[in-house]
Amino acid sequence: MTIQASAAGIGDSPTRPDGTPKVLGAFGYASDLTVPGMLHGATLRSPHPRALIKSIDVGPALAIPGVRAVLTAEDIPGTKYYGLIAQDCPVLALGEVRYHGEPVAIVAADDVAAARRAVAAIVVDYEVLTPVTDLRAALFDPDSPKVHAGGNVVRHQPVRRGRADDPDIRALADVVVTREYQVGMQDQAFLGPEAGLAVPAADGGVDLHVATQWLHADAEQIAPCLGLAPELVRMTLAGVGGAFGGREDLSMQIHAAMLALRTGLPVRMTYNRRESFFGHVHRHPAVMRYTHGARRDGTLVFVTAEILLDGGAYASTTEAVVGNAASLGVGPYEVEHLAIDAYGAYTNNPPCGAMRGFGAVQTCFAYESQMDALAAELGMHPLDIRARNAVKQGSVTPTGQVIDAPAPVAEMFAQLRAMPLPPDRAAGDLLPGGYGNTTHGEGVRRGVGYGVGIKNICYSEGFDDFSTARVTLSAADGEPAVTVHTAAAEVGQGLVTVQGQIARTELGVERVAVAQADTTVGSAGSSSASRQSYMTGGAVKAACEAVRERVFSLARERGFQVAEGSRLAGGKIVSASGEPLVDLALVLGADVVEETREYRHRPTGPLDRMTGQGSSHVQFAFAAHRAVVDVDVELGLVRVVRLDVVQDVGRIMNRQSLEGQIQGGTAQGLGLAVLEEIVVADGKVRNPSFTDYLIPTILDMPPMGMRILEYPDPAAPYGLRGAGEPPTLSSTPAIAAAVRDATGLALGRVPIRPEHIAVPAQNAARDG
Amino acid sequence: MKLSLTVNGADRSAQDVWPGTSLLTALREEFGLTGAKNACEQGECGSCTVYLDGDPVCSCLVAAAQAEGRQVRTVEGLGGPEAVQRAFLACGAVQCGFCTPGLVVAVHDLVHRIEDPDEATIREALAGNLCRCTGYEKIIEAVRCAAAELRAELSEHSAPPGLPEPSESSGPVRR
Repeated sequence: MTIQASAAGIGDSPTRPDGTPKVLGAFGYASDLTVPGMLHGATLRSPHPRALIKSIDVGPALAIPGVRAVLTAEDIPGTKYYGLIAQDCPVLALGEVRYHGEPVAIVAADDVAAARRAVAAIVVDYEVLTPVTDLRAALFDPDSPKVHAGGNVVRHQPVRRGRADDPDIRALADVVVTREYQVGMQDQAFLGPEAGLAVPAADGGVDLHVATQWLHADAEQIAPCLGLAPELVRMTLAGVGGAFGGREDLSMQIHAAMLALRTGLPVRMTYNRRESFFGHVHRHPAVMRYTHGARRDGTLVFVTAEILLDGGAYASTTEAVVGNAASLGVGPYEVEHLAIDAYGAYTNNPPCGAMRGFGAVQTCFAYESQMDALAAELGMHPLDIRARNAVKQGSVTPTGQVIDAPAPVAEMFAQLRAMPLPPDRAAGDLLPGGYGNTTHGEGVRRGVGYGVGIKNICYSEGFDDFSTARVTLSAADGEPAVTVHTAAAEVGQGLVTVQGQIARTELGVERVAVAQADTTVGSAGSSSASRQSYMTGGAVKAACEAVRERVFSLARERGFQVAEGSRLAGGKIVSASGEPLVDLALVLGADVVEETREYRHRPTGPLDRMTGQGSSHVQFAFAAHRAVVDVDVELGLVRVVRLDVVQDVGRIMNRQSLEGQIQGGTAQGLGLAVLEEIVVADGKVRNPSFTDYLIPTILDMPPMGMRILEYPDPAAPYGLRGAGEPPTLSSTPAIAAAVRDATGLALGRVPIRPEHIAVPAQNAARDG
Repeated sequence: MKLSLTVNGADRSAQDVWPGTSLLTALREEFGLTGAKNACEQGECGSCTVYLDGDPVCSCLVAAAQAEGRQVRTVEGLGGPEAVQRAFLACGAVQCGFCTPGLVVAVHDLVHRIEDPDEATIREALAGNLCRCTGYEKIIEAVRCAAAELRAELSEHSAPPGLPEPSESSGPVRR
């Protein structure tokens, strides 16, 4: 008899353990939490993007029946500022507001209505100032007001390689293309608004149940602001309704905790959709100027780029976003001579930070548009010029880092080319404008476009990035059972499933439970940077391996033969050839084997401040898209007909979850291409609602073809490659290229709006 | 105001409900049924979809008072996991799951109205339900899967052998 590998292990797609409560409507999201006697919190936010606060009168608010506390910056018990990288963000505005929607005061009341009335009753005397809203002026105009005392440059990261400025080098290029590109401000638009519950504890501490991406980073920022010792801030993950980067920064956590500690009662805060648009950072809008030079055969000679990223009022993760934009700014291409300057700015626009793709999305739109512009100049196929310059294993990145793992970019293009194109438009097909019935098809043109991107996986630039897992094995009722406990945030991506799969594979046990994530176990790092399968997956694997060794020792102590090469499968210790040796339950008896392990990826280094040289990244991941669109060139309406994608993931851990990540990431890229933008005018957000900020509906999304490659990365657990972000990079430029193909327009800005297509078309018709 | 209605087959009432309360808020706060979700409260996302007298509605757009004396059925009242819920699980149509309760009700309505919805019908029927995680592909798979399971159940229970099956893809109304 040979024992087979565990079902529902890695490579399978078992039903997700949180799936059943989610389909039944029984899953406890942060906004669903209630405890008896809890109060409801609400936030007063600044109506101005830049103003001095002359005075705040909370008296009228306190006079409202049911109001228990009204707090301002004066009431912050500890440190007044917090932040993920730089601690520059006040818990509540301190004498000055720097963006539209900045929290100024907080209220706790017996019910939501009283809390909202109290917020409206607070009287704030503002001296309104002219906001700093122009990105370029904020960075380079010496007369621009400073948003913070240290100036408006959060980070300038140059990258220099070769001699891009040398006229002799430039002369080698047969064709040179210079263009400017812009990317609008995208919102994560997770469906579950910010929410959480703070419960004051008898020991003077606070227990927080929140929807977040990184429990320990939250706690580390919260405790100093509350003036509490770190161990007095205990965090438990509440159900998370999507994240996409928007829950990296704190939102209501410190506010709810302040109100709970002040009133001695539990306080829940739940943002509505409008407040959510003000309650988290967004994707950095970008202005980028690129020059590409190439030989007649398409070989890139040099690239120069100036990348400006608007970080808004507070730093958030702008510093790291700039690092990504700089280091990944030419895309997955070999370029001998390059000069990149990436800047992150302070302005009085809404704060920007993490969103899926993190600094690699904006540049991908620009460099891919440049590749298309070169292809057009040279009369080449867009995939041919890309393949000619594509990186491969052994290539050197702009920062001098050698790509030492597989980078099958050229094969991805071949796969994309081999996927069938959709048939030509036929009678009865949905047209641009959809059920609006705006055309009979007379002005509709089809276009095809391509995009490919490069994304770093895990945290970069020398960050001490690790994850912790505790794995417990015991026997109950004669059957072995495993519990996996980490602090890793399940945000929807399916991490909770993958943790169980790894434990089943490593320990050969069917019964695996994944415990609620909380801070009673060590940090797992953030559910960000496509890193959790790699990092927490690696930690669970390491802890399982330690448990297995302990089990083998235990078995030997108890007189069982455990030969070299034995493993665990089917609830037994089995020999290398799969022969069962002894039941785990028999070995364990009443013993509990528990091991905790920290997992670290290989170290990374900083980028040189002047040259940007350094091996700053852990792993590189790639996805490529082909988009097919129909465009009504008279009305400017776009219908994406099909989106095909090829992605290399090293090793498929869970195909179903992986496909869901690729499809969902592709959809967010479509949103940025043709729909999504937070419109900011004079520093004010104009469309904070799902009526006016449009995310893709099921009618906006086309069918998606998909091919997944598995070229293992020897440095990564199971050879896997982080997968959540890459598809978000490349679908945007592919769609933009397809719209260009259909219209013949340059289209240097996303999202592409109807007027970007219709107005030039009408002008051309008039002038032509 | 006082509010009395039937929720998932049971008579429920609440005292001192603010007259402006939405059906969504009443369900969540007064009756403790948090399955329907509060994602936009503008009728744009469909996360709050429930049946009102058998028709799917955005409960955030219905005043609780409008539901007085009427029948409300929420995701908790589908008696699941039933075919649609099982299909969502099996097809990977659930990620963060915040849109799921509303989508489950919307799909439940669709597959009980239309026996074999084609892709265009599915997309049109679900155009009022936003999902930020999935890109909708696996939701479409789940609809097909649920519809097939219901058809199989139906043919097991009813169709006598030899009778022709209806063939139009968006044809017969079941209820």
